[in-house]
Amino acid sequence: MIYNIPFIAAISLVLIGLYTLIFKRNLIKMIIGITIMESGVNLFLITLGYRKESVAPIFTALPSSTTIPDKMSLPVPQALTLTSIVIGVAVLALMLAIAVQIYRRYGTLNVDKIRRLRG
Amino acid sequence: MIDLFEHIPALLIAVPLLGAFLTPLLGKVNKNARNIWVLLILALTAAMSFLLAQDVYTNGIKLYTFGADIPSLTHPDTVSIPVRIIFEIDGMSVFMLLISVIIGFLAALYSISFIKDENGIERYYTLLLLLITGMIGMELTGDLFNFFVFIEITSISAAALIATMVDREQSFEAAFKYLVLSSIGALFLLLAIGFLYGQYDALNIATIASSMQYTFADRMALVLIIGALALKAGLAPMHMWMPDAYGEAPPSVTIAVMAATLASLYGLIRMCFTLYGSSIFNLSVIGALIVAMAMISIIIGATMALIQSNLTRAIAYAAVAEIGYMLLGIGTALHVGINEFGETALTGGIFHIFNDVLDVGLLFLATGAVIYATNEKSLSNLGGLARKMKFTTIFFLIGLLAAAGMPPMNGFASKIIIYESVYRLNPLLSIGAILASILMLAIFVRIFYSVFLGPELPNLKNVREVPKAMLISMAIISMLIIIFGLFPGYVIDNLVAPAASALANPESYINAVLLGGA
Amino acid sequence: MSESKIIKTISSIAFPFVMIYGLYVILHGHLTPGGGFQGGAIVASACVLLLAGYGSREIAKRIKEGQLSVLESIGALGFVSLALLGISTTFFYNFLAGSHSIFGRIPPFGSNPGDLNTAGLLPLMNISVGIKVIAGLFAIVMVLAFVTWKMGGRKQ
Repeated sequence: MIYNIPFIAAISLVLIGLYTLIFKRNLIKMIIGITIMESGVNLFLITLGYRKESVAPIFTALPSSTTIPDKMSLPVPQALTLTSIVIGVAVLALMLAIAVQIYRRYGTLNVDKIRRLRG
Repeated sequence: MIDLFEHIPALLIAVPLLGAFLTPLLGKVNKNARNIWVLLILALTAAMSFLLAQDVYTNGIKLYTFGADIPSLTHPDTVSIPVRIIFEIDGMSVFMLLISVIIGFLAALYSISFIKDENGIERYYTLLLLLITGMIGMELTGDLFNFFVFIEITSISAAALIATMVDREQSFEAAFKYLVLSSIGALFLLLAIGFLYGQYDALNIATIASSMQYTFADRMALVLIIGALALKAGLAPMHMWMPDAYGEAPPSVTIAVMAATLASLYGLIRMCFTLYGSSIFNLSVIGALIVAMAMISIIIGATMALIQSNLTRAIAYAAVAEIGYMLLGIGTALHVGINEFGETALTGGIFHIFNDVLDVGLLFLATGAVIYATNEKSLSNLGGLARKMKFTTIFFLIGLLAAAGMPPMNGFASKIIIYESVYRLNPLLSIGAILASILMLAIFVRIFYSVFLGPELPNLKNVREVPKAMLISMAIISMLIIIFGLFPGYVIDNLVAPAASALANPESYINAVLLGGA
Repeated sequence: MSESKIIKTISSIAFPFVMIYGLYVILHGHLTPGGGFQGGAIVASACVLLLAGYGSREIAKRIKEGQLSVLESIGALGFVSLALLGISTTFFYNFLAGSHSIFGRIPPFGSNPGDLNTAGLLPLMNISVGIKVIAGLFAIVMVLAFVTWKMGGRKQ
């Protein structure tokens, strides 16, 4: 059971981010909600690569009594998470730039008032 | 000299990427040099993809492994599963690739005249080339995480491009909505990829497909994948971003974003037919769900387009309905399996992908020409333009007839295949689709009448015909529409039937990777 | 608006140390955890530390946005060109590993402190990605700081 706690935490983060995105009315809070969701997915990805009592997967820095490859944690999820973090930074930067421009032209950050496109 | 012909799949990614990052440096030197450079890069990409299409149609599935000793060495002798990123190109990938490069070239040609020279203009071409790179990558890849990375590249570039018209504030609102929905969809797709990786310890589509047992986690992953990719493809009830994004972007960006949406649709088809395509478990429930959502798309698109007063927004709702037609054919094929009329429905759906992007693309380009000449977007301020803008009127008429499904245009050919095969499934669906098509004809005729015919308005006295580059791109699309309409059998035999048969047997896809090597 | 004298001095003193640490993380990406993006983000935070200390008006006098754009393009072009150099075998082929050129030694097996001269094409690609990330992240923060200033934030 104790090894399931990171998975439960990751899915809770995704659900909290989804709640923030749906129910908050400020544009910046919605952006923070997307960032929380993305942290949850990254945590889920990196938890997939854990093996019980394992060391870092670096061949030249192993302690002497380690059998290869059973006691090394998986390196592929680490690469996937890193790529996902980079993509998240790019999306966050673009969303903030668009939010700044929206504030400049509409004068408000409330989603209920930024509704000139309707129908 | 080294054999460059074998490395075309990698060059199809590298050449637009190189062009995208050299464009700002060239733009500081001279403006015309930059325009010629962009068109040259896209023409080179189109030529390479025609060569690749020829090779795949004669020789079968083509593989390219990144970083190995020989391009087709998927797994060396010491390892039993493929470990590198593999590009796997079969008939369906080549079909979508041809659509993407043709539309990309026409978008760049159109935007040479449409986008006026301001201070942020180099970034526009860089983003357009990055969008085309992302689309090509999505269609060629055989690796799940690579697909996710290219989908993110495409959606970030598209969101930045939708906000090009900085004078109107609505374009920022549309870009924000598009970006938020895209990143939610991509995060759910990543969650599903995490599920599949945790189960099977592989990221290659062929490897997962060959060892797929349909456990509970796999079903969750299937639901997440279909939800995310249907949201990116604009299937109702997740279509809300489409009227805003297509209506507020400049028209050359709109056709490029349409091609990107169709690349996400290709992703949905590839996941349903190849990843989960083993014949032990049937996906008929998924097929029925997709058919239901497609009917809702058709009805929503056709009825909401009636009440619009903004020109581009009405055509955007027609695009929503057309996505419904495509998925109606494909969902029928998923529901009944690949036998009896299933393969016919699949052929109709796939043929409609190409026809739709040509028809609705031509409509968007023609309305873009109207907006360029008159600076007006609302239907109540336009009228009587047929006297001054003759060519644009003819192109709009061709696009209108094709999108509504009139013979001898190409829309008729694909729609009649869809009507016939869906009628065998359930007659009511086919009748609903035909009625929606008639409704769309009425909508387009109303738009045509109020924009082009009728008396001339006083504030539109000095409009002139649009520049040559825009006319040439519209002429190329019209020629393609008429050729596809007059010779549909030729197109179906040579382009669509290989795509449908490549989707119908996933075993050839799997065996090409697992038994590869030297 | 620039900060007080203490903050300006401390940020000027801290900047070279953070930058050296970031460049170390970029260069040793094939031996220790790190690499192009991680080291580039560290150096970009050092530059943002200077920006926060001195104010965007001072920094704008010294670095124009066009120069950052050129640097970014050079980083991306370097990456794609390095990948294309091995096209005679495949795209992204590591042709420098095991040869007698710049990064070509084979690393010894077993536990050892690590040799910087190994792993072929990877350190060069790390450097290209690092340059691009430094220029990109710093340009993002600088542009956002300008917009806030021009929109009438605090009195400059």
